[in-house]
Amino acid sequence: MRAWLLTTGLCAAMALGAVWPADAQAPKRGGTLNYMIAADGGPSLDGHKETTYAVLHATAPFYSNLIRVNPENPSSTTDFICDLCTEMPVPTDGGLTFAFKIRGGVQFHDGTPLDAHDVAVSWRRIIFPPEGVSSAREAAYPMVDKIEDPDDRTVIFRLKFPTLSFMPALADPWSFIYSRKVLEKDQHFYERNIMGSGPFKLTSYEIGQAIHGERNPAYYQSGQPYLDGFNGIFAPKQQTRVDAIRADRAALEFRGMSPSARDQLVKELGDQVSVQESDWNCGNVFTPNHKKKPFDDVRVRKALFMAVDQWHGAEALRKIAIVRTVGGLVFPGSPFAATRDELIHFPGYGTDIENARAEARRLLKEAGAEGLTVEMLNRNVDQPYIIVGTWLVDEFRKIGVTVRQNIVPTGPWLEKMRAGDFDLAMEAYCQMVVNPIADSGRYLPHEIYKENFAYHDDPKQVEIYNRMVRETDPAKARVLMRAYENQVINVGAHQLPTLWFYRIVPMRAYVKGWKISNSHYLNQNLANIWLDQ
Amino acid sequence: MSATPADDAPDPRRTVWQSALRFCRREPLGTFGLLLVIIMALTGFSAEWIAPYNPTANDFAAMTEPPSLEHLLGTDQFGRDLMSRIIHGARTALIVGLTSAIFGGFSGLVLGVSSAYFGGKIDLIVQRLSDIVMAFPLIILALAVVAIFGPGVQNVILAITIPLIPRCSRVVRASALTIRSMPYVDAARACGFGHTRIILRHMVPNVMAPFLIMVTSFVGQAILAEASLSYLGLGVQEPVPAWGLMLQGGAEEYASTAPWIAIFPGVAIMLAVLGINLFGDALRDALDPKLRER
Amino acid sequence: MYQYILKRVLLTIPTLLGAAALVFLLMRLIPGDICLVRLGSGGASFDPKALIACHKEIGVDRPILVQFLEFIWGIIRFDFGTSMWSGKPVSTEILARLPISVEIALLATTVAVGIAIPLGTISALKQNTWIDVAVRIFAIGGIATPSFWLGIVSVLLVLDITSWVSGTPWMPPIDYVPIWKDPIRNLSMAILPAITVGYRYAAVSMRMTRSAMLEVMREDYVRTARAKGLINKLIINRHALKNALLPVVTLIGIEFAFLIGGLVVTEQVFNLNGVGRLFVQAVQNQDYTLTQALVMLTVAVFVFTNLAVDLLYGWLDPRIHFA
Repeated sequence: MRAWLLTTGLCAAMALGAVWPADAQAPKRGGTLNYMIAADGGPSLDGHKETTYAVLHATAPFYSNLIRVNPENPSSTTDFICDLCTEMPVPTDGGLTFAFKIRGGVQFHDGTPLDAHDVAVSWRRIIFPPEGVSSAREAAYPMVDKIEDPDDRTVIFRLKFPTLSFMPALADPWSFIYSRKVLEKDQHFYERNIMGSGPFKLTSYEIGQAIHGERNPAYYQSGQPYLDGFNGIFAPKQQTRVDAIRADRAALEFRGMSPSARDQLVKELGDQVSVQESDWNCGNVFTPNHKKKPFDDVRVRKALFMAVDQWHGAEALRKIAIVRTVGGLVFPGSPFAATRDELIHFPGYGTDIENARAEARRLLKEAGAEGLTVEMLNRNVDQPYIIVGTWLVDEFRKIGVTVRQNIVPTGPWLEKMRAGDFDLAMEAYCQMVVNPIADSGRYLPHEIYKENFAYHDDPKQVEIYNRMVRETDPAKARVLMRAYENQVINVGAHQLPTLWFYRIVPMRAYVKGWKISNSHYLNQNLANIWLDQ
Repeated sequence: MSATPADDAPDPRRTVWQSALRFCRREPLGTFGLLLVIIMALTGFSAEWIAPYNPTANDFAAMTEPPSLEHLLGTDQFGRDLMSRIIHGARTALIVGLTSAIFGGFSGLVLGVSSAYFGGKIDLIVQRLSDIVMAFPLIILALAVVAIFGPGVQNVILAITIPLIPRCSRVVRASALTIRSMPYVDAARACGFGHTRIILRHMVPNVMAPFLIMVTSFVGQAILAEASLSYLGLGVQEPVPAWGLMLQGGAEEYASTAPWIAIFPGVAIMLAVLGINLFGDALRDALDPKLRER
Repeated sequence: MYQYILKRVLLTIPTLLGAAALVFLLMRLIPGDICLVRLGSGGASFDPKALIACHKEIGVDRPILVQFLEFIWGIIRFDFGTSMWSGKPVSTEILARLPISVEIALLATTVAVGIAIPLGTISALKQNTWIDVAVRIFAIGGIATPSFWLGIVSVLLVLDITSWVSGTPWMPPIDYVPIWKDPIRNLSMAILPAITVGYRYAAVSMRMTRSAMLEVMREDYVRTARAKGLINKLIINRHALKNALLPVVTLIGIEFAFLIGGLVVTEQVFNLNGVGRLFVQAVQNQDYTLTQALVMLTVAVFVFTNLAVDLLYGWLDPRIHFA
């Protein structure tokens, strides 16, 4: 088990290909950072309840967490460090008990001290939400049995079963520590207000417009934050954000921009702009509905996959969309990810596309599904949903299949998939911490994994997965992952993973100290950012 | 600006060609508009034959290329030929514009005339319903239609048509009301003619002038509405070639690095709506007896 | 007269009620709901239990009739409840966005009236001269140009021109500051959107002014005045313009009511945190309470503006009789 942990950590650390500038200078103090939040503002401010990064990018600077991803090494998948605890605990009871010592001298912004009870109450609110409170990540903690706070300085997590997925789950950036006194009075206080113990204090929040913070002088991480304050401005349109960086109305946005935006900024601003890039732990999935004819026929599904020229598509789309890498079920760069040689045997990954398309036409003819005209459900988000969808539609045209895109807002998109009311669907998903075995669980049949909308049935696939989960030797687990992948993409042709996302963050060159990670949810408390002006 | 020449009265002996010629002579702006409309219509009808490329075929070897001999108007981010997309877009614009205008106008005509003719409760109900639709924000209707039925061309047409109906029925009703009080309508009733006959023979022809002017302006409005809906992601959907859609997403993203992507579809919309409006204005001047005297 | 006013006021009630029923129904016909959007928009998996808890929290698990009656009861008391998306009172949400939208609407109206009335009058007086043709083309151009396209192009032009002139590109601020706090910053943000919206608005009003002017000029009393040899300027000031303005005022009033809805697209282009953008967000998030309130607001503005215009019209123009 330890070996598994080590391999994963090592490979993840070296493999992500994050491009970091060397920051040899000592951080300067002072200045105000203007950054943009790439979304409409307006959901509640409660991190326990919300899932959109719009909330996280606005509120993370105000809060502390129990543990977090190392802000100096955020691309690592295993480098977790203490935030409010004093040292990372060594599990006892055969991996069932984790006891955290909480820092002394930490204050909430209202001056009240923060102790272990606040930590425990906040975590209970996330994992065991009280009546009338909705927690978005309740389902991420099936392993937690109970949380105890025996004294002011100790919080103990007791698990139902030992698992490696506990620590990554505990490093969840959404798990803000709230004040128990405030929660006792009003469980909904944090939906409308901000009161944490993080590096910044709220100065004002203009609904839907901007959020302003100033340095918290009582912050417990020494020397931090470096900034005097920040203005986070909501700007949902990419072009506004590009223009704003160009005119220096704001220094950057943290989510990620398209390649064309990067090229434009680099061309116009030259060395006044710096760019950080990283593979992004978000994948695109093309899902045929197995309950709809003729997609109940594996030949038809295979033919559709074969029509797609992923390698050339990747070359082209990386210029116009936030996607880049051809991959299988696993985040590219993880030791569990398939190599090119392992992928090229799958439909949709072949290198001889003419041959593949001829074969696809033959399969369609054999299945009696020539000249098919169908609809593909897609979400009305440009990057990358519509771009990838538009690419796929043209690929299908090349084997004589006419696909019309049914592009709808998020709500109907989700509802139609949940109701099975679609022929084909374009999906994309983002995960926070790379965890290949847990993450690939999303390809399991709907009966087991409720958010899988292929509506297929494959006992063999499930059997392989169950063996993989219990396997502790990474080498053997990797072999099982290949068998599982083969079952999903090739044998069953259940779903086709298409290009993985690629994160590009262009920023004004005077912004220093921030490091990109493989998820736009991580490393957002701004404490280590400084301005070189 | 001078007083009325005697030949201004409609002359039944004049042939269609003569009237057309006269229209051209008297309304140079309108003729220019008509010309634009005709070009657009011809382009739309013959799109398959005159477009140099398949408007939906991606060409990754020619992404965001500036105008050249090969691609007269350049290519978009998928390498699709803009010229071909604009040519096929003329057809989409025609379909959306004409269908919405005709359906919206015709329903408005029926509602307006019958509302005016029957009066009383029917009139009251029709008027209240059109109040509701008129006051209701178009964007909500469109969002709801698209979210419920999906975003195809026919649903876009539906979303655009609904708000046009009450606007047309209002105008038609107003002119029909004045005709209803004319003695000859009462005479027709006295003669025992049926409602349908009176409406069709006497009322409809008399509201034709404002009706035609309105329907013409609807075509332009519908094309603009489609563009706005597309901009909000609620219009026609990729990869269908449509002018409004061509201004959404990519166009804005590449506006400074590949301006042709944003400029040409915008110009196409402008010219089309300009043409329709110029023609509509001239038509109004020609049809409206009050304005004829110049 | 009073009877007429009373009747007109009473007639607004079915319109408002009908709109309320329509928005209530439409919103619930859209597949999915706000809980799904909240929990699923990140693409991560979630517990079905969380969905049920969320439904319960915002009260959409109750019978539809109860929800509807509550909504109507809320309208009567001017209480629209809390936004399902943010948990804040709907009134707070709307009031936060109102200033910028109203400011742009007012500025656009000023721009429009400032351009439309003089140009429309000149155009009518110089009918069929090159001035008239130029003004008419300018006006139709305003109607024919999609305002968002104009917005995109103008922002780009401003950036490029300032970059070329001074070396550093400039763009309007992207966050709103109230006019009493920093008038220059505020106006530099509002002026571009006001012009892009105002151009179309001006175009419509200009055409109306022109044709109203033309009609009035043919009225007998103007002809008489002319025959009497009164100079043109006097005729225009004393007689024609005053009467021609009636339909123009009507149009301006109605267009103003439409403007709040018409800002939807422009606010997207300029990153303005206004009512129009809130509208799109509310519908996309399927925030029932907020959408309902916004629809009722726009419908009410429209209905009452119309009412006011009608009554004013009748009062100004004694030829119109109240039936």
